Amino acid sequence: MNAEPLIKLEDVTKAYPGVEEPAVKELNLAVNPGEILVLVGPSGCGKSTTLRLINRMIEPTGGRIIYEGQDVTKGDPNELRRRIGYVIQQIGLFPHRTIAENIATVPKLLKWPKDKINARVDELLEVVSMDPSIYRDRYPSELSGGQAQRVGVARALGADPDVLLMDEPFGAIDPITRDRLQNEFLRLQGELKKTIVFVTHDIDEAVKMGDRIAILREQSEIAQLDTPEHILTDPADEFVENFLGSGAILKTLTLRRVKDIELSPLVTLKEPFQRDQALREMSDANTNVAVLLDRNDHPTRWIDEKALNRSSSLDRAGRPITVQLQPEDTLQDALSAMLTSAAGMAVVVDARGHYLGGCTVESLAGLLIQTGQESADS
Amino acid sequence: MSTAVAITAEDAEKKPTTRRWRADSLDLVVTPALFLILTTLLIVVWNYSDFDQTTTNILEPAKLWRQFQEQLFVAFWSTVLVVVIAVPVGILVTRENVPKIKDTLVSILGLGQALPAYGLIVLFFVWLGQGAVTVIIALATFALLPVLRNTIVGLEQVDKAVIEAGKGMGMTGPQRLAKIEMPLSVPVILAGIRTATVINVGMAALAFLIGGGGLGETINAGLKLNRPTAIFVGAVLVALVALAFDFIGGLAQRYLRPKGV
Repeated sequence: MNAEPLIKLEDVTKAYPGVEEPAVKELNLAVNPGEILVLVGPSGCGKSTTLRLINRMIEPTGGRIIYEGQDVTKGDPNELRRRIGYVIQQIGLFPHRTIAENIATVPKLLKWPKDKINARVDELLEVVSMDPSIYRDRYPSELSGGQAQRVGVARALGADPDVLLMDEPFGAIDPITRDRLQNEFLRLQGELKKTIVFVTHDIDEAVKMGDRIAILREQSEIAQLDTPEHILTDPADEFVENFLGSGAILKTLTLRRVKDIELSPLVTLKEPFQRDQALREMSDANTNVAVLLDRNDHPTRWIDEKALNRSSSLDRAGRPITVQLQPEDTLQDALSAMLTSAAGMAVVVDARGHYLGGCTVESLAGLLIQTGQESADS
Repeated sequence: MSTAVAITAEDAEKKPTTRRWRADSLDLVVTPALFLILTTLLIVVWNYSDFDQTTTNILEPAKLWRQFQEQLFVAFWSTVLVVVIAVPVGILVTRENVPKIKDTLVSILGLGQALPAYGLIVLFFVWLGQGAVTVIIALATFALLPVLRNTIVGLEQVDKAVIEAGKGMGMTGPQRLAKIEMPLSVPVILAGIRTATVINVGMAALAFLIGGGGLGETINAGLKLNRPTAIFVGAVLVALVALAFDFIGGLAQRYLRPKGV
């Protein structure tokens, strides 16, 4: 983050006539190139106003907005807005225009040649995983909520702006689709490396999406601005702590990965089976399940004591292992894998599916307790 | 008239195309059916009733043709006048940076409409003297409200998020108006214009009162001279013109509706 900030707000103030307290008071904020900066806070804190000050949808009454090193506080706001992608919660697709025409809005305003616009539309539809030949000529009323939001993002990317402003873009979408769109968007951002200012009221979304999070209190005052990890483990004050809620430590699960914890060795069984030894190991380890590995070290089944004592073939004993974790998975994935697994624990494999170890509730709990103590100490 | 606005505002929000199609189609079937029934009646009456000399004089085809043209002239120009005034005013009062005078304006024009058209025509006669131009101005005043109100309602029912998105992408005010707001309010505005047209065609029958001509002359002569056949023919002709205009309005509403809405 040593590069010059792409967007800088300097003492930006927005006061409404007749209202004593300004909505945004002398806000200073710098957005670095390529980062997702999330503005999050309780409703009425001015986060949305702050976002809209950046592209001057709301004109500031004081301070300066610096965009790519230029003061853009004065000058033509329309020109500025054409250089900044803007996505809103209600999406606001033009219902009387086709998907292609919607996406072409800004390129058309910038008077791009037709061929270039058409190529760009198709490219963007591909980017948001929608088949151009199917969707190009459809109308917004023919899209689902999730598809409409993708088109909204494609439209915001129309003229390839460096910056995207997103105002609760996934707020009106059902939780399952939202989760998918968030993941898709993060993958997309991995390729596009846009500079994004993202507003949400949902701290979980903030933690998931943000490279940095600004927690705002009234009048858009920054209560804390830091990486999600630091905010969760080291909230600056009581306000932040309250805003994070009691589940803050649980939220760190989405930030940590399986490779961050120490894997527990599980009792394994592999041909040629040595049942007695396995039983001894299990009683030593005080557990009643073992992992059956196939010839290539791929874990296949959970085998319990009963199955070991029976003489039948082990290939069909116990229960199949349906969920496997990889080191890159988040600890939240690990927790849900453990909860759904037949054995109450999860198997970790490497990218080629080879057994690495086990992940148990105990190891996770150990980490959480440790995190909790750290943040209590600090 | 208030029902016309309510129905059209609802129309614009209706999403499923099939439902809208049926409602429109009904419209486009009933009007021609009525038109046919009235035409048949007219032909029957014309051919089978006793025409005395007075009736023949009143219903002289050349005279009827002139009155028909006068009727259309008055109706057409008063509608043009209404559109030329009401649509721009409707646009103007819904702009962000214009003081909120639209409610006051609508109430004032509502008062104008509460006056009977008859009285309005006489008032304008006192002021402007006799002739077709006075009738045109009087009718335009009378029919201003539906168009103005529908223009305002039409522009205001456009999804604010759509306008916000346009603004956020750097569309200027005029660009937003031309490319988003107007196309999306066309159905509602057209409904208002259609109402105004039908009002004007009907009311043009009063033009004869102050020397504006029109089919009202035939009805009036029939009434004065007690010739029911003449009254009937005059009235049916007025109705046929009104139905024809309503039908054209219906077609326009259907085919000028923006795609995808």
